[in-house]
Amino acid sequence: MSAISPPAERIWWKQPIDKLEFIWIAIAFVWSLVMFVMMVYWHIAGGQNLSNETYKTTKEMFAAKTQAVVDKYTVRTGTDAEKQFPVVKPPAGSDIYLIGRLWDWWPIYELEKGKTYKLHLSAMDYMHGFSLQPQNINIQVHPNYEHVVKITPNQSGTYSIVCNEYCGIGHHTMVGRIYVK
Amino acid sequence: MADQEERVPVMQQVLDNHFLLLFLGITIPTVIYVLWGVMEVANIAVAR
Amino acid sequence: MATTYRICPRSGLQFDTAAEKLMRWNAVAGVLALLLGGIMALGVILTRWPAVHLLPADQFYLALTSHGVNMLLFWIIFFEMAVLYFASSTLLHCRLATPKIAWAGFWLMAIGAVMTNVAIFQGESSVMFTSYVPMQAKPHFYLGLILFAVGALIGCFVFLGTLVVAKAEKTYEGSIPLVTFGALTAAIIAIFTIASGAVILIPTLLWSLGYIREIDTIMYRIVWWAMGHSSQQINVSAHVAVWYAVAAIVFGAKPMSEKVSRSAFFLYILFLQLASAHHLLSDPGVGSEWKVVNTSYFMYFAVLASMIHGMTVPGAIEQAQRAKGYNKGLFEWLRKAPWGNPAFSSMFLSLVGFGFLGGISGVMMGTEQLNLLIHNTIYVPGHFHATVVIGTTLAFMGLTYFLVPVLFRREVLFPGFAKLQPYLFGLSMYAVALVMMGAGTLGVSRRHWDMAFAGAGMAYEWPGAAYLMMGLTGIAGVVAIIGGGGWILQIVFSLLFGKRLDEGETRSTPIPLTLPPQTGAHAAHVGTPGTMVLALVFLVSFILYYFVNWKYLSSLWGMA
Ligand code: HEM
Ligand SMILES: [Cu+2]
Ligand SMILES: [Cu+2]
Repeated sequence: MSAISPPAERIWWKQPIDKLEFIWIAIAFVWSLVMFVMMVYWHIAGGQNLSNETYKTTKEMFAAKTQAVVDKYTVRTGTDAEKQFPVVKPPAGSDIYLIGRLWDWWPIYELEKGKTYKLHLSAMDYMHGFSLQPQNINIQVHPNYEHVVKITPNQSGTYSIVCNEYCGIGHHTMVGRIYVK
Repeated sequence: MADQEERVPVMQQVLDNHFLLLFLGITIPTVIYVLWGVMEVANIAVAR
Repeated sequence: MATTYRICPRSGLQFDTAAEKLMRWNAVAGVLALLLGGIMALGVILTRWPAVHLLPADQFYLALTSHGVNMLLFWIIFFEMAVLYFASSTLLHCRLATPKIAWAGFWLMAIGAVMTNVAIFQGESSVMFTSYVPMQAKPHFYLGLILFAVGALIGCFVFLGTLVVAKAEKTYEGSIPLVTFGALTAAIIAIFTIASGAVILIPTLLWSLGYIREIDTIMYRIVWWAMGHSSQQINVSAHVAVWYAVAAIVFGAKPMSEKVSRSAFFLYILFLQLASAHHLLSDPGVGSEWKVVNTSYFMYFAVLASMIHGMTVPGAIEQAQRAKGYNKGLFEWLRKAPWGNPAFSSMFLSLVGFGFLGGISGVMMGTEQLNLLIHNTIYVPGHFHATVVIGTTLAFMGLTYFLVPVLFRREVLFPGFAKLQPYLFGLSMYAVALVMMGAGTLGVSRRHWDMAFAGAGMAYEWPGAAYLMMGLTGIAGVVAIIGGGGWILQIVFSLLFGKRLDEGETRSTPIPLTLPPQTGAHAAHVGTPGTMVLALVFLVSFILYYFVNWKYLSSLWGMA
């Protein structure tokens, strides 16, 4: 009998299992456990784990907090190519706020290599996608939620934040910037 | 044949019980995925 | 309810006449959705091919929304309804429970599918098939999806009802066939899927009508993906069932072990649906414990199940072939397989592609931390074109080659093309999936009209390799569309103009299924060394790829 007919034996549960089949199941089982342990292990020993720190917020509140940091630490006004956005250089270890809105990441930050910052992410309208390039770190950004991610840039350079959550007709123009010195 | 009278093993009975399977297949993801997830989101603190 | 039964002279299968008609209509509706989705695929691919960049942005997003909805929801689920009716009524030699209600389900699905498509093509509903709030579509976009889902839910209940009828009327002895068990798994997952869909889409509809002020975006994503991802798990269960069916039909293959294969499906029932969490690994608001438990299907138990199926399907074929005398060396059984039979070649390409490309990439990106590397990049469509196109679509295409003569009673036209089609479509899809995954590894975004960022103030410059990969995606995609479009033309022409085949005997009572007399002596046991070697090759690729990605992750900015 085949797979499209009922099993030939009334009691099929007690049929012996082929040896190779059994070995394969054992291998697959061990591999499954290894992969499970890997995730847990990385939480303990790994350097890249997405933070779970999240708060409910409002667009107004988040915008105000961002504005406060911008007012305090802006070092220059961006060039035309930088959309004349404020370029903000906060001290190491501080809280920095990034707004995702149709169709900008605002403001521009200048960070120091090897220093840690608390990056707060939120959106003003739709969801947006924080996609840091050429690093390739990707985080979903929600409106009305404030997500706090500790980041430690490990290389200097010019980084782009591409929006990779579809957010309407101007989605492809939504690119922001972070400088790491 | 002796086989005919033998009791069907429990696991085989479980796998032959389609509505029990339906119950398990709905309950487990509803509890572990949906309810747990929604509870976490509902309990997020408000930012200061 | 009197119905009649037709015994197909070609396959020996017995069809309830009412069920048979439903299968045909559902399959045809599915193919129409595939046609529309395929035309949209052309617009999508020719726009994402940087050198061509065909459509303007608004039309691109419209085409992509339509492509996703028609392919993922309408094509696959219509076809799955046909599979459910086949696996219940035909394989159990039983009448279909409540054919009238099944028709009501079909028409709800059809009306829903048309309504949603109308909304999409009117514009202003280019929200992608995920329709994330707070981006809003027109109310009939959601209403159509709800009607479609309710119709599909009815289909699942008719399937369960048929299992009850078969048991009550004793049309089979013992346990249901393995393929039916796989279909049951699909139906159970489908019920969870569709219920979740209702829970999220009904409030969304009310919101679009102005009755609800706001929908929480994280909650939306949690519940929406309980539908969106679980529907992929319906596909997995359904196409694994189809693999077993094709192995049985083409080779007369018998499962290596009923116990193992059924237990693997049982693991699917218990854990597969938790993987909806794959989509929230890079989201705020849900904690790591939730992410780790869910994304790993508890503890990778569903991956374990897939690895089991991946071994037992070819293993069953190997046993059947060796029993026929193809015993030389490790692989004579495989070399001497009917590679010219499109039902077989589709199934085998589906199995290998699903495992190697879809499976490995899926587990990689479903790892909590590794997900950061590819979330929302074009790696994701790369992965699921390996699962839902190579895995599901190709398996269904292969099954259709068998169904045209058996169910539609027509000869397949252009047999020469039929031989080639699975390779043309399947292998070009392998390429599409691979190069999309390549581009995604470099960071290229999905659902993105212009990788050159025309008009952006601070445009990012993708590396040349990313452009190369997207160009290759374009080329391979066009070939895939030719392979898929060719299949549609071939099937439609065969249905319309193929030689009519003998209907076979029609009778008013079904012939019950009986078990062969127990012989006591077991047939000589046949080992499966060839399959084991293939499985080990798979395992090694899996392990290497998995750890390469951890290495890549460890080079990124520190995050905590
Ligand atoms: C026939 C050849 C096909 C080609 C060339 C093709 C090509 C593509 C491409 C390039 C994308 C990504 C676009 C982007 O994110 O910017 C895409 C998305 C997608 N495709 Fe296909 N596809 C094909 C067939 C299919 C089939 C058969 C299915 C399902 C059964 C399917 C399901 C999807 C889905 C669900 C999406 C995601 C849409 C979204 O992001 O909203 N495709 N396709
Ligand atoms: Cu955006
Ligand atoms: Cu965007």
